[in-house]
Amino acid sequence: MSFNSFSEFLSMGGHGLYVWLSYGLGVAILAANLILPKLAGNQLLKEQKRRLRREEGVR
Amino acid sequence: MKMYTNSRQNSSPGVTKLFMATCRREFLLSFRRKSDLVNPLIFFLMVATLFPLGVSPEPGFLAQLAPGVVWVAALLATLLSMDVLFRSDYEDGSLEQLLLSPQPLFIVVLAKVIAHWMMTGLALTLMAPLLGVMLFLPAEGMPGLMLSLLLGTPTLSLVGAIGAALTVGLKKGGVLISLLVLPLYIPVLIFGSSAVQAAVTGLPLGGYLALLGALLALALALAPLAISAALRISISS
Amino acid sequence: MAEKKWMPRWFYQLASPRWCYQFTGKLLPWFAVAAAVLLIGGTVWALAFAPADYQQGNSFRIIYLHVPAAILAQSAYMLMAVAGAIGLIWKMKVADMVLKSAAPIGASMAVLALATGAIWGKPTWGSWWVWDARLTSMLILFFLYLGVMALNSAIENESTAAQASAVLALVGLVNIPIIKYSVEWWNTLHQPATFKLTEKPAMPVEMWLPLLVMVIGFYCFFAVSLMQRLRNEIIWRERRTGWVRELLNKQ
Repeated sequence: MSFNSFSEFLSMGGHGLYVWLSYGLGVAILAANLILPKLAGNQLLKEQKRRLRREEGVR
Repeated sequence: MKMYTNSRQNSSPGVTKLFMATCRREFLLSFRRKSDLVNPLIFFLMVATLFPLGVSPEPGFLAQLAPGVVWVAALLATLLSMDVLFRSDYEDGSLEQLLLSPQPLFIVVLAKVIAHWMMTGLALTLMAPLLGVMLFLPAEGMPGLMLSLLLGTPTLSLVGAIGAALTVGLKKGGVLISLLVLPLYIPVLIFGSSAVQAAVTGLPLGGYLALLGALLALALALAPLAISAALRISISS
Repeated sequence: MAEKKWMPRWFYQLASPRWCYQFTGKLLPWFAVAAAVLLIGGTVWALAFAPADYQQGNSFRIIYLHVPAAILAQSAYMLMAVAGAIGLIWKMKVADMVLKSAAPIGASMAVLALATGAIWGKPTWGSWWVWDARLTSMLILFFLYLGVMALNSAIENESTAAQASAVLALVGLVNIPIIKYSVEWWNTLHQPATFKLTEKPAMPVEMWLPLLVMVIGFYCFFAVSLMQRLRNEIIWRERRTGWVRELLNKQ
């Protein structure tokens, strides 16, 4: 371990703001890239199923 | 007796003739719409006026900015003029005819862009000393300014034409062309304004002009290919 | 007469959207697990176990995000341009779809690289932004991404949009070395000292090993995100085909 205590870990030798801001951004961007397509995919499948039901129901 | 025919009479016009004919057509058409010619030049002048107004009219300060500002203004003015390059031909259907004809598209496209450059980029180059004076560019910088613009503006026209060709089918092409083309303009800007800086401080220009020349050579060879491909794609829809 | 095939069989198989959908469906879970393990493990390693830098202190840990993001931003552009070229030459729909899917991911990687670069700059050089060669090149790369995305969304016809974006991506690809060279040159002209944002040659194992883990983890993440977007794009473009109908009915 590079740190002796959790509070030391959080403060990062005074650079805490920068390190945690960066990692927070990193997590946010990675998560957005994984979650947004998944949500869009679910939405797409739902819409297409609805369209299919509508079109096949008419026949 | 062997029948001897001049093969040139039966085949399509030679490359030079095609180039010249296309250039002439562009000049003729453009001189009928003089506003398209003059607007970029007025814009060029106005942009240069914005800097003293927006920042400071102080000569020492402006002189430092002058190389970059004139170059950026030339860049933006060229961009502005690119939208009209293919648009009128697209709208009246002659662009489609051009793509269908057996003439080599490379030559036609090159001729169009060079003709357009002569009416915009070259005009900007000739106007540049006026801006230089307004922005207190030292006299030593003027030849460098004109030479760098002379070598750089054709590249700007060629690369800008790629953007114009990609967006010719769209109704609102204007700002989109800028978005597509500005990143590609950056190397020309860097070397062009550095050439002027070098001229101002008395350093040799040769290297910068050679680099600008190399970029121009690359653009002359590759841009017409991209433009032709982009035109075919835009027309096909 | 049968056409002579220049590429191996799997290349032509990839061209079928349906085959691609099934293939990516099988690959996704593996890459997802790999990405999770590598990224979580790598992050913990980077934050808690890797040593701090002698000069920069703990802010050096930002490198474990900045470098992978930068590498991904550049690789994704290359992938995008290659996919575009394949789409133009072989007229493959799937290649077009890969281009469209890769662009937003690559752009967000560029944003991450820029943001972490800027944040790193504050404790290191005292300001939130520096016009250093690498950051400036990354910013221009971001603009190139935006151009491709803007062109793709501006054209309504899907295949025309894909072809136009492919041409633009390729023009950008040719320009990237020129831009890099000119920006680096411009930078040496205007910066008195040459300080690099990352001290790569001087890094000991304890530092570059977690970096390697993060880079591979980022690549796995990219694969997952790309496959997700690609699958969505395939379903949308092929929504009228029989196999998609079957798929929807099965759900």
